[in-house]
Amino acid sequence: MKNRSLISIDDFGKEDYIKVLDTAETFERNPVQKILDGKVVATLFFEPSTRTRLSFESAVNYLGGKVIGFSDASSSSVKKGESLKDTILTVNSYSDLIVMRHPREGSARYASEVSSKPIINAGDGANQHPTQCLLDLYSIRKTQGKLDDLDIVFVGDLKYGRTVHSLVIAMTNFNCRFHLVSPLELKLPSSVKMHIKEKKLEYYQYTDLSEAIPKADIIYMTRIQRERFSDPIEYEKVKNAYILNKSLINNSKSNMKILHPLPRVNEIDEDVDPMPQAYYFQQAQNGLYVRQALLKLILGV
Amino acid sequence: MEQENKPRKELVVSAIENGTVIDHIPTQSVFQVIRILNLDQIGQQILFGTNLDSSKYGKKGIIKVSNKFFEPEDINKIALVAPTATLIVIKNFSVVEKKKVEIPETIEKFVKCVNPNCITNIEYVPTKFKVINKQDSKLKCHYCEKITEKKNMAFK
Repeated sequence: MKNRSLISIDDFGKEDYIKVLDTAETFERNPVQKILDGKVVATLFFEPSTRTRLSFESAVNYLGGKVIGFSDASSSSVKKGESLKDTILTVNSYSDLIVMRHPREGSARYASEVSSKPIINAGDGANQHPTQCLLDLYSIRKTQGKLDDLDIVFVGDLKYGRTVHSLVIAMTNFNCRFHLVSPLELKLPSSVKMHIKEKKLEYYQYTDLSEAIPKADIIYMTRIQRERFSDPIEYEKVKNAYILNKSLINNSKSNMKILHPLPRVNEIDEDVDPMPQAYYFQQAQNGLYVRQALLKLILGV
Repeated sequence: MEQENKPRKELVVSAIENGTVIDHIPTQSVFQVIRILNLDQIGQQILFGTNLDSSKYGKKGIIKVSNKFFEPEDINKIALVAPTATLIVIKNFSVVEKKKVEIPETIEKFVKCVNPNCITNIEYVPTKFKVINKQDSKLKCHYCEKITEKKNMAFK
């Protein structure tokens, strides 16, 4: 993995995923390891983010490296009209690795072709967010003890949710069953379903959340956004149909855990937070270990 | 008298001595083919016809370029818009080679990505696609990973 960029979840194979997860486990046991002494990591956030940027910066700091960068494009030369290429070529010579988030799809792949240093894609528009996917895999393995032979329930906006697409594609490497719960307007795109079919895995589609919950080992919640609906009446009809609450969870298996890429708005009742099934804040914490693992493996230290 | 009733065997677009003939182009694609091959920028003599009668396709277009021989990867680009096209190489007024065009594995530079938010539509980045379905000309963008289909394909 040394010196390789991580742009899309398809860039990594099953063995790579396992290697990242195993390395992340060592950081969970011991997060403070000064292995990045003398290294500089650039975090270029052309678009704001809370968890992703802070967890990367925190990861570098715990590992003893230094961080340079910006947290939104208005505080960089992008505001003066500098091209992405020029920004990358400049930052290249100031750092050993670049973590970037950018609103345009394909920007990270392009940056990796321009850059002489490895790039980690921290989100390129609606396209890819591979480190989120790896921390989701870590959270699944951690809570279930395995990645194979699981029933995963995906809920909400399955059409536009990039974290859902990446996780579905990554999980097709393992023998899982997919339960897809969404309003008809927001069903999983056929380009993603194609991956499930290619591996000859089972998937089931639902519009009723309560029907899928008893089957779940993992429930992966996402937010339904009003702006995704062409017809506001349709939104009003479905907006409360995909909210997870205490009584729904009472019908679940004992090992079931709830994941959410966050930020949450109202799709999980706050009453659920203290329940043992709620795992989303630990999931965000796992992001730190997974990012530490990626920094270690890609920088080859 | 009998001779006059016989249809005159004459080419609508006259023959060339040396060069390339691209035949059986769908009539609506003739000008796209000219653009894709950058024929508007070359110095050689070009003859073309469109809406010509074709026994095989009803109507067709044809382009003849004197003293020009294309690289296969160039000529195959036109398969995206003219899958029925035949390539004929002429030397000394005779056909020395005849073959069908074939869609290549990758398409670079001349097709626009359908996604307006793709980096190739924002900054100066040459496009690059993987052909994921040759029959329907489905292209997957190397950058944003979105699919561009024949029905919404535009050229740079």
